[in-house]
Amino acid sequence: MELLSGGEMLVRALHESGVEYIYGYPGGSLLHVYDALYKQSAVKHVLVRHEQAAAHMADGYARATGKPGVVMVTSGPGATNTITGIATAYTDSIPMVVISGQVMSYLVGDDAFQETDMLGLSRPIVKHSFAVRRPEDIPEIVAKAFHIASTGRPGPVVIDIPKDMTMPNERYEYAYPKKVKLRSYTPPQRGHSGQIKKAVELLLKAKRPVIYAGGGVIIDGSSDKLRALVDRMDFPCTNTLMGLGSYPGTGERFVGMLGMHGTYEANMVMHHADVVLAIGARFDDRVTNATSKFCPDAKIIHIDIDPSCISKTIIVDVPIVGPVGNVLDEMMALLDESNEVPDAEAIASWWKQINEWRQRHAMRYEKNDSQLMKPQEVIEAIWAATKGDAYVTSDVGQHQMFAAQYYKFDKPNRWINSGGLGTMGFGFPAAMGVKMNFPEEMVVCVTGEGSIQMNIQELSTCLQYGIPVKILCLNNGSLGMVRQWQDMNYEGRHSHSYMESLPDFIKLVEAYGHVGIRVTGRDELPQALEDTFNKYNDRLVFLDVAVDPEEHVYPMQVPAGSMRDMWLSKTERT
Amino acid sequence: MRHIISILLENEPGALSRVVGLFAQRGYNIETLTVAPTEDNTLSRLTMTTSGDDRKIEQITKQLNKLIEVVKLVDLSEGPHIERELMLIKVKAVGAQRAEIKRTADIFRGQIVDVSASVYTIQLTGTSDKLEAFIEAIGAGCVLETVRTGVSGISRGEKILSL
Repeated sequence: MELLSGGEMLVRALHESGVEYIYGYPGGSLLHVYDALYKQSAVKHVLVRHEQAAAHMADGYARATGKPGVVMVTSGPGATNTITGIATAYTDSIPMVVISGQVMSYLVGDDAFQETDMLGLSRPIVKHSFAVRRPEDIPEIVAKAFHIASTGRPGPVVIDIPKDMTMPNERYEYAYPKKVKLRSYTPPQRGHSGQIKKAVELLLKAKRPVIYAGGGVIIDGSSDKLRALVDRMDFPCTNTLMGLGSYPGTGERFVGMLGMHGTYEANMVMHHADVVLAIGARFDDRVTNATSKFCPDAKIIHIDIDPSCISKTIIVDVPIVGPVGNVLDEMMALLDESNEVPDAEAIASWWKQINEWRQRHAMRYEKNDSQLMKPQEVIEAIWAATKGDAYVTSDVGQHQMFAAQYYKFDKPNRWINSGGLGTMGFGFPAAMGVKMNFPEEMVVCVTGEGSIQMNIQELSTCLQYGIPVKILCLNNGSLGMVRQWQDMNYEGRHSHSYMESLPDFIKLVEAYGHVGIRVTGRDELPQALEDTFNKYNDRLVFLDVAVDPEEHVYPMQVPAGSMRDMWLSKTERT
Repeated sequence: MRHIISILLENEPGALSRVVGLFAQRGYNIETLTVAPTEDNTLSRLTMTTSGDDRKIEQITKQLNKLIEVVKLVDLSEGPHIERELMLIKVKAVGAQRAEIKRTADIFRGQIVDVSASVYTIQLTGTSDKLEAFIEAIGAGCVLETVRTGVSGISRGEKILSL
């Protein structure tokens, strides 16, 4: 058997776990590992400029590919800088393996230089974590980490490695386990047949059904199965923020996103439904509004792989714990066997009602007479310019909601945003992670002048590795979503929601060696888009687009109301 | 309602902190907690008492089950079970009180395990209710110090919690 040092074992085990890229930053505790990385070429390392960005890059990679993203950081500040990125991945159930260096094991607990309790710090935001206590355990721990991160409900796993576990002169027998076995971890493989049967019976009897699909459908790679079910039943489908793309955004049965900034029709459909089929969604507070007023007439079926998601915020009638795809297969098989079909007459009249709702708001916004654009029209222009087929990442705020509402995603894995944690600074590094793995695809980061500054240092990484993402900065000179809430709830007192002293973004990106294009008015946009996507196709382009700071995101649910209680514009309420 | 949750936990460093951390993180309350190794040295047995409505207890058990190191879990209060807690209690015992306290300890089947001129140390086992009843019976005024192990529990009859 081969003898390897701990550092070499780690790198070899990562390779055997299928790792192509590590996003990381070296430091004292990891120098032996970085030396081992240097001596091989199978696993590539991307040097970021801040460890938070490493976690978001790995996250973007994971969301686009479905494979676990890998982060490597040193002890102390290196480790703590990843915390926001780990929490972001945890909240959105993204597979990730984070390797953090640690001080020598005999120094742990002595407040040594760059020592921090990474396992303790990350404990509430990881699916699991490991501390390496013997170098020879490294291959098995790595294999277990990847297994845990990527199966069941995925999530981040931390491996903390003290420096003396990686000493170059201490060699051990290397054995990567053929199969990972954990007696206390057995994610469900299939749903309960009796429950699935009950669900199908309910769906067949439904008069006002809706299918409410979330990020779990995308994570499970089951978008095709969702589409088949929706189309077969002729039911309306709504997506959560995390589920966008699981059903085509341009599909005729799609009623749009639901929730706080969901479409009028999606929220009305939910409120009036008699049967709700929730698939891989978790009844988040940004979806349900007041839980006591949620879907008053509905029987609710809930498919989720995580039993703790079921009846957490909303009590459901038919819980099904299992992988989405497997449960949908069983549902389809039961429908095939059944002689029954949905009540065509009821469904037709339901659609008639839905189409009336569709007319009411229809995602309208007023364009300005002046050249100053509304953010919505910029997103629509980007959608047209990319033929609706780009990978779009976003940061957090108004621009995120406008992108979710106005960029119609027809494919899964294309909409990449921090839905659960709401992490500003996520979009740009996430876009980098996507672009490095899909160099032929268009990757656009929709951001704002607030969010982009939270990880703007990665412009340097993009130059080093040649990562030509497109950054669309909707620049309204203020923290738009904060400002909107202040307009609506604080009589317009804009407490600290201005971004005073903004940099000249064009000069800034040029200083980093990229292309910057400023758009101040509507007439300039077509040429700017042409240059962004064609002339500078192989360059990173920062598109700094001035947009109207007065604009609000609508619809917006009224706090503590039901799903149908919405503001549709600054003056119109349901 | 009070529940007794009994867990078989991987006997690994950090496992207990995950269980305790979960309660703090999600705003659940731990009333008592006791943990020790079992006959299988790879497993610890942990017993905790907590309270909440059915929905909250359901969430607690689901969240605990999600922890990778939680191997098996049972809510003992769902079925017939035996629960015990051990208390060592130091009480002021002078003059006529000495005999009275001794009698009360006997009634509760407690044992005086240490004696000094003015102090008895009594060992008492039973349900939490019984321990509290004892404190009430001797009068809180003469209690100098109490230390309790927290509840340990086991199902009655054939039912066992094992791998």
